[in-house]
Amino acid sequence: MPFNPHTEEDVREMLAECGVERIDSLFDEIPQSLSSEPRSTIPDGLSEMEISRHMHDGAYRDGAYLNFIGAGAYEHHIPAAVWQIATRGEFYSAYTPYQAEASQGTLQLLYEYQSMMCSLTGLDVTNASLYDGASALAEAVLMAVRSHKSAARRVLLPVALHPAYRMTVRTIVANQGIELVEIPYDAESGSTLVSSVKDRLNEDIAALIVVQPNFFGVLEDVNALTDLAHEAGIAVIACVNPMPLALLKPPGKWGADGADIAVGEGQPLGVPLASGGPYFGFLACRQAIVRQMPGRLVGRTVDLDGKPGFTLTLQAREQHIRRSKATSNICTNQGLVVTAATIYLSLLGAEGLRRVAARSHANASALTDKLSSISGVERRFGGEFFHETVLTLPAPCKAVCDALCAEGIVAGYDLSDAYPELGNSLLVCATETKTDADLRRYADSMARVVAAI
Amino acid sequence: MLIFDYSRPGRRAHAQSPASRDDVQLAPELLRDDDLVLPEVSELDVVRHYTRLSQLNFSIDTHFYPLGSCTMKYNPRACNALAMLPGYLARHPLAPPATGQMFLGCMFELQEILRNVTGMDAVSLAPMAGAQGEFAGVAMIRAYHDARGDSGRREIIVPDAAHGTNPATATMCGYTVREVPTDSDGNVDVDSLRAVVGPQTAGLMLTNPSTLGVFERTIETIREIVHGAGGLLYYDGANLNAILGRVRPGDMGFDVIHINLHKTFSTPHGGGGPGAGPVGVNERLKPFLPIPVVERVDDAYVLVDENERPQTMGRLSAFMGNPGVLLRAYIYARMLGRDGMRRVADFATLNANYLMAKLVKAGFEVAYPRRHASHEFIITLRGLKNDTGVTAMDFAKRLLDKGFHAPTTYFPLLVPECLLIEPTETESKQTLDAFAAAMTEILEEARSDPELVKRAPHTMPVRRLDDVRAARKLDLRWKAS
Repeated sequence: MPFNPHTEEDVREMLAECGVERIDSLFDEIPQSLSSEPRSTIPDGLSEMEISRHMHDGAYRDGAYLNFIGAGAYEHHIPAAVWQIATRGEFYSAYTPYQAEASQGTLQLLYEYQSMMCSLTGLDVTNASLYDGASALAEAVLMAVRSHKSAARRVLLPVALHPAYRMTVRTIVANQGIELVEIPYDAESGSTLVSSVKDRLNEDIAALIVVQPNFFGVLEDVNALTDLAHEAGIAVIACVNPMPLALLKPPGKWGADGADIAVGEGQPLGVPLASGGPYFGFLACRQAIVRQMPGRLVGRTVDLDGKPGFTLTLQAREQHIRRSKATSNICTNQGLVVTAATIYLSLLGAEGLRRVAARSHANASALTDKLSSISGVERRFGGEFFHETVLTLPAPCKAVCDALCAEGIVAGYDLSDAYPELGNSLLVCATETKTDADLRRYADSMARVVAAI
Repeated sequence: MLIFDYSRPGRRAHAQSPASRDDVQLAPELLRDDDLVLPEVSELDVVRHYTRLSQLNFSIDTHFYPLGSCTMKYNPRACNALAMLPGYLARHPLAPPATGQMFLGCMFELQEILRNVTGMDAVSLAPMAGAQGEFAGVAMIRAYHDARGDSGRREIIVPDAAHGTNPATATMCGYTVREVPTDSDGNVDVDSLRAVVGPQTAGLMLTNPSTLGVFERTIETIREIVHGAGGLLYYDGANLNAILGRVRPGDMGFDVIHINLHKTFSTPHGGGGPGAGPVGVNERLKPFLPIPVVERVDDAYVLVDENERPQTMGRLSAFMGNPGVLLRAYIYARMLGRDGMRRVADFATLNANYLMAKLVKAGFEVAYPRRHASHEFIITLRGLKNDTGVTAMDFAKRLLDKGFHAPTTYFPLLVPECLLIEPTETESKQTLDAFAAAMTEILEEARSDPELVKRAPHTMPVRRLDDVRAARKLDLRWKAS
C-alpha cells in the first residue's frame, strides 16, 4: 500500500492495543460467505515513476490540436497563477467548510466569488456553485416551479438551447411531474421565435428559459422575451455564458424587470477544457426567492468579539438538515473549480474580461468572414452572433471534420445529429486564444478540404 | 480584507488580457453599461491575497482531519500533477474520439477497475458527485420498475441513520420515503423492515458499513426481505473505503451502487468539491445506466450515448461528468493496484480500531462498544455534557486549538452529543497517539475548567461565529459603498 506509513512494529503494537492478533480478526463481523479476494483483472500497483511515464506518453500520443469547437466549453487563456494557487494543499485538500473557524480561507473566497458573480449577472444573490451549467439549469427549473405563485408545472425551453442541456434538464426534472415544452427557432435568424413563445403563454406555464447567446451563437432579443414572460406572470430563467456578459446586458437588467434566475456554465472563467470537466455551474437569483435556492451559500457575520467572519448560512434548506424536504439533494459544490474562477476574475478584472470577450468576438467575426468566402461555405443564420456561428458546408460535416482533424485542426461541432433539419451545418468558435495565423491556417485547410471532396 | 479592498481605479494585471479592447458592433440594447464591478488589482495583489487566504484553512496537507464519513486521506500529489498535463487539459469534450484515445482508454480501464472491485456488471462514470450518483441510481430503480409496467412501487426505504442525501434523493425521484429504525447494536431493525416492505416498495437504500461505523451483519437477511418483496437494493458507497478488496457490494446482493471517488479513490475534496460518484449496476439495470459510457469498439475507445442506449435514465451533465476527477482516481487506482486496494481497507480498519481502543482506555464512551469499528467509530459525550455542560460542539472547537480538525459532529442524528471519527489508512500511529492525547487533555479541561472548552476555539483566525445573525441579517455579497 503505497500511502500507508506503518512499520511492522507499528502494526504489532496497534494490534496488541486492539486485543487481536491479526488484521483479519477486525473483519470477523463480515459473514464468511461474502468475503472475496480482489479480482485478478485489476493490475498490479505502479510506482510514481512508472505511472508518470505512462501518463506522459499517453498525453503526448493524444496530441495537441488547434481547436475551433465551443458548443458549451470555451478555450480561453488561463493565467499561470490561477491553478498554482488553487491547487495549494490548503485549498486542494480541505473539506466543505463546516468548521467555519478552521475554514475562513475557503469561506471568504466563496463570499468574494458570490460578490463577483452577482455583479456579472446583475442579480442580488449567487450560491457557492453547482455541478455544471446543464445541471444548474435543471436546478433553476425546479426552483422556478417551487417558487411560482401558482401550481403551474410547465416550463418553456428553446430548441436553440444546447441539446445536452435539454436532455439533462429532462433527466433531472422528469420524475417530479414537470413538463418541458419546446420553443422553435426562426430558420432565418437562428434566434428563438418570439411569436411562438407568445402562442404558448398560458396559466399552466411557470417559467421561460432564455439563452444568451443561444446554442448557435446567435444573440437573442432578451428584452422582448423577458417582458413577454413577465406580462403573463411567468418567471424568466436566463441561461448565459459568463464571458460575453462582460459586454452583454446582464440578466438582472433584461427587459423592464430583469430575469428572475440566471444560471450558466462557469468553465470559461479560468477552467481548462479537460475533456469536459470538472467545471462549475453558477446560479444567481433575486433576493425574494433566496430561500428556494439549492446548494451552499456563504454569509458574512461576526464572531464573539464582533470581528467579521464568514460561515455557511441558510443551511435549513439543505439535505443534511431537511432530509426528504430539502430544496435539492445536492451536497457538494465545485469548490476547487470556483477557487480557480475567483482567482481568474480577480486577475482579469472588468477591463480584462471585456478585452477577452471583445477579442473573442472579433476573432470569431474574422474567422466567419474567411470561411464564408470559401465557395460553398455559407453562414447559416442572419442573426448577430457573439463568438461562435453556424456554417453550412458543401459536403457532409463528418468527412470535412475528419480530413481537418488529420491536419491537426478540430474544426467545429457537427450539428447534423442534433439538428438534422440544418443539413451539413457546423458550429464554429474562435476565442481570444487564436492568432491571425491560426485563423488563416484553418481557412486555408478548409478551402483545400472542401475543394477536394 | 476582501480582494475588493485592494482595488485602485485603473490598476490591472496587464499580462493577462489583450493589449487593447477591440471595437464591438452589436445592437446597443443588448449591451451592458459600464456597470461590471470586479477587483482592480495587480497580479501580485491577487497572488498574495489568495495565498494568505489559503493559510487560514485547515486541510489534509496541513492537519490531521479525522472527519467521519468523509474519508479525508492523503491525496497523492502525482494524481494532480499527471491529470494536469497539457495533453489532457487542452482537449475539448466534443473533439473526435481519435484525439483522446489515451484519455478515453483511462476512462474505460477505470470503469473496469471499479466494476471488478465492487462486483458489479457495468459502470457509468457520469455522475458528478455522490448525491448525483444516488440520483442516477434511484432513477434507474424507477426506470426498471416502469419498464416492467410495475409502477405501483412508490416507496423508497431508508434507515434512520442514513445520510441526508438518501431521503432527499428519493424525493427528487418522485418517491415517498419510509424510514426504518436501528437496533441497539447499530444494525437495521430487521423486524421493522419486514413490516414496511410490500408491493409498494421500490427499493432500500443502505450504507454498509453503516454511518454508525459498523458492518450490517444481517445484510443477507435484508437482501432476502427486500428482493422477496420485489424491491431493489441500493448501496450507498460512502463507506466503501472500509471494505475495499475485502467484500464486494455485488456479492452482498446489491443491484445498484454509487462510489464516492473523492473518498475511497482519494481525489481531493477541494473545499467542497468537485467530487465524482460513478454508478455500478447488475445486468438487469445495465440498459438504464446514465450516459455517456465508454466502450471499446474495434480497438478504439468511444463514448456511447442515447442512440446506443435508448433506455438510459438520461444525462446528468453537459459532457461526461468530472473527467479531471476521474483521471485522478484512475492514477490513484493504478498506483494502488490489486494488493494495495485491499490494504486500504486493512489499514483504515486497523487505524480506526486502534484509535477507538486508545480513547476507550482514556475514558471515552463508545456508542457501540460491543462492535468492532469499521473504518470509523462514534464517541458519545452525553455523560460529559450532563456532568459539565460541555457539548460535542465545544469539544470539536477545542480540538481546533490543539491543531486537529474536528471529527464529524451531531451525525448520525441517532447518537446524542456524538463525534464520528475516521482516521483513514494514511495516518501514522504517532499522529493517532497525538490525537488521542489531545482528546484526553480536553476531557480533563472539560472537568477542571469547562468554560475554557465552551469558549473555544481561542487560537483560530476567528472565534465562534454568530450563525443566527448570518441567517437573519443576510450578507451574501460585497457591495461598492
